[in-house]
Amino acid sequence: MPNMRPDKNPMPHQDPQVRACNFNEVALGYTREQAIDEAQRCLNCKHRPCVSGCPVQINIPEFIAKVAEGDFEAAYQIISQDSALPAVCGRVCPQESQCEAKCVRGIKNEPVGIGRLERFVADWHNATATEKAVPPASNGHKVAVIGSGPAGLTCAGDLAKKGYEVTVFEALHLAGGVLVYGIPEFRLPKSIVQKEVDTLKELGVKVETNMVIGRAITIDELKEEFGFEAVFIGSGAGLPKFMNIPGENLKGVYSANEFLTRINLMKAYKDGADTPIQHSTRVAVVGGGNVAMDAARCAKRLGAEVYIVYRRSEAELPARAEEVEHAKEEGIIFKTLTNPTEILGYHNPDDPRDPKNGSVAGIRCVEMELGEPDASGRRRPIVKEGSQFDIELDCVIMALGTSPNPLIKSTTEGLETEKWGGIIADENGLTSRENVYAGGDAVTGAATVILAMGAGKTAAKAIDEALSK
Amino acid sequence: MYRIVKKRVLNPTVSLMEIEAPAVARKAEPGQFIILRVDEEGERIPLTIADFDRQAGTVTIIYQVVGATTEKLNHKEEGQFLQDFVGHQSRATETEGLKRVAVVGGGVGTAIAYPVAKKLHDVGCHVDLIVGFRNKDLVILEDEFRAASTNLIIGTDDGSYGKKALVTDLLREQIEAGAKYDRVITIGPVIMMKFVCELTKKYDIPTVVSMNPIMIDGTGMCGGCRLSVGGETKFACVDGPEFDGHKVDFDEAMARGAMYKDFERHAHEAACNLFKQEVK
Repeated sequence: MPNMRPDKNPMPHQDPQVRACNFNEVALGYTREQAIDEAQRCLNCKHRPCVSGCPVQINIPEFIAKVAEGDFEAAYQIISQDSALPAVCGRVCPQESQCEAKCVRGIKNEPVGIGRLERFVADWHNATATEKAVPPASNGHKVAVIGSGPAGLTCAGDLAKKGYEVTVFEALHLAGGVLVYGIPEFRLPKSIVQKEVDTLKELGVKVETNMVIGRAITIDELKEEFGFEAVFIGSGAGLPKFMNIPGENLKGVYSANEFLTRINLMKAYKDGADTPIQHSTRVAVVGGGNVAMDAARCAKRLGAEVYIVYRRSEAELPARAEEVEHAKEEGIIFKTLTNPTEILGYHNPDDPRDPKNGSVAGIRCVEMELGEPDASGRRRPIVKEGSQFDIELDCVIMALGTSPNPLIKSTTEGLETEKWGGIIADENGLTSRENVYAGGDAVTGAATVILAMGAGKTAAKAIDEALSK
Repeated sequence: MYRIVKKRVLNPTVSLMEIEAPAVARKAEPGQFIILRVDEEGERIPLTIADFDRQAGTVTIIYQVVGATTEKLNHKEEGQFLQDFVGHQSRATETEGLKRVAVVGGGVGTAIAYPVAKKLHDVGCHVDLIVGFRNKDLVILEDEFRAASTNLIIGTDDGSYGKKALVTDLLREQIEAGAKYDRVITIGPVIMMKFVCELTKKYDIPTVVSMNPIMIDGTGMCGGCRLSVGGETKFACVDGPEFDGHKVDFDEAMARGAMYKDFERHAHEAACNLFKQEVK
């Protein structure tokens, strides 16, 4: 008889006031008892609606049944058949719009906490497993993967499990892509990413860091000189977008990518770090997605008063509801229906050598209201006449998304891209070049970790089918 | 890890290192840069490639000790290793079709001017290489410069070596003496490049500057290296580092370059103190 309790077991959290001053993980994870109790809420539906909501189609009811029995290792083995990064997905997937959105228990009450259970199982495995993954016998085929973010790691993992000799090329000094430079420690501890990368290495995946494909080696050279039969491009989202308003190049204006990279990859938040970061008093983060929430919460942890400036209303915020809620709990101030028109600079007319000259002094905004729906189906924000106002601050972070890095396109002849720069790939991830596949943000533009993983998985399957012919 | 094959002190604050990095040496071109990290906790810093040897698989960098990272770098010796060394980033210098060029370098920037001059000289271009230093003790690479140019002109601020003149004055002399340049290429402190560009604008000579802004990833992800060129925002790491000098907003570039000056100074002092303690 399932546990018919209507609500999910709540996730234990660090107290908001405490966590707003540290970079430790916010969510603390279920205990063994909570996990078993939550797992018993699953009805084990025959038609498995949750699985259809999962981009990598994990056998959700099966793994949850094992959790309910207390056999966590068996549960882990079921998840890892389909997911290369369970500890990551358990933390950053938007389950509320995927598996949990389809959960039958969610029709009348709260759905089963599938993400929380996935996280518990992966953490339990990582804490207790002593045996290393064993690389399968090589099938003699070589595949190159460009980029070590979620798409690349998933593709590499799936192929390695089938015996392919996989080399992952990473431009930065550390593998993990957005999981290490973008998503903050308090949402996804870097030790977890490292653990997942290590597991792939145990499976025989080679990781070459400091390799910029398109410069050091081109895709054609990978195929012709280095003997890779297929290439998967998972190079990620690329260059940050700005608003093209006056003042964007003032000192103290960051792209979210730069701000987060300094903090997450370069550990600039730590005392004595070699990489500097501005410790601001008041910060505006422009944008409403998950990246904006991450940047805002990082700025808060560095001691600032933080505003989210977003041009639509709260209902349209693209960020996950949980991230918005966490941000609010931590004291982030939301200025919705607000759009910046100019970043104001400091200029001392009496002293041209004043070091503050050219720094951010404030942001000029207008209030917005929502009009008719636009092409995206969301109501178009319109400027309210005479609503201009200024906020005094010393740092602005632009979290407006990214546009694809032109490097691979410009160095790979015959690789077709969309007008906006995204690589064109079919439903299997195949590009316009033979045996060259692509997936993740490089194809779709900025999206989620799990969608990138889904694309990596699809491409791995297609590569396997193409090379084993 | 990347081995330091050779280290040579060029002047009291400027040194040269040859780094074993075959993947970079394979395709490096003048005008491009690398990103390095000295140790595991180290910051990523961009340095322009000073030379390369495809056969030996080495890349030469020349650096001036200005902050904590270059101080740490300078404490590394031949045979030791750098944590990370990634390149070659950005676009290479365009040299096609140039018949007569003035390459103007200042201070440690002359080290970056060198491979550009060498490449032009190798393809038969007439190269006037104009280099400026504060004083005689700071003059570097004179033999190399001479070999890479048709005409080497050295100036110092105090007149202790070569002519007592700024590079802008030396360039003006050449132009007024009748030198017809297809292009001026200038590399050095931002303020120097600004004045070179103001000069060449008067004479309507196309001028290319090599910008070296603050960078983090150096691969086109963070946008930290952005600058205004002709009113548009450009990223030095993917669009540059060379730009039309008559369009660059130098004042903005100088302000952005000074963003972490205080932090740099403190960090440099801290690093120096640490090394002093080690010596004791």
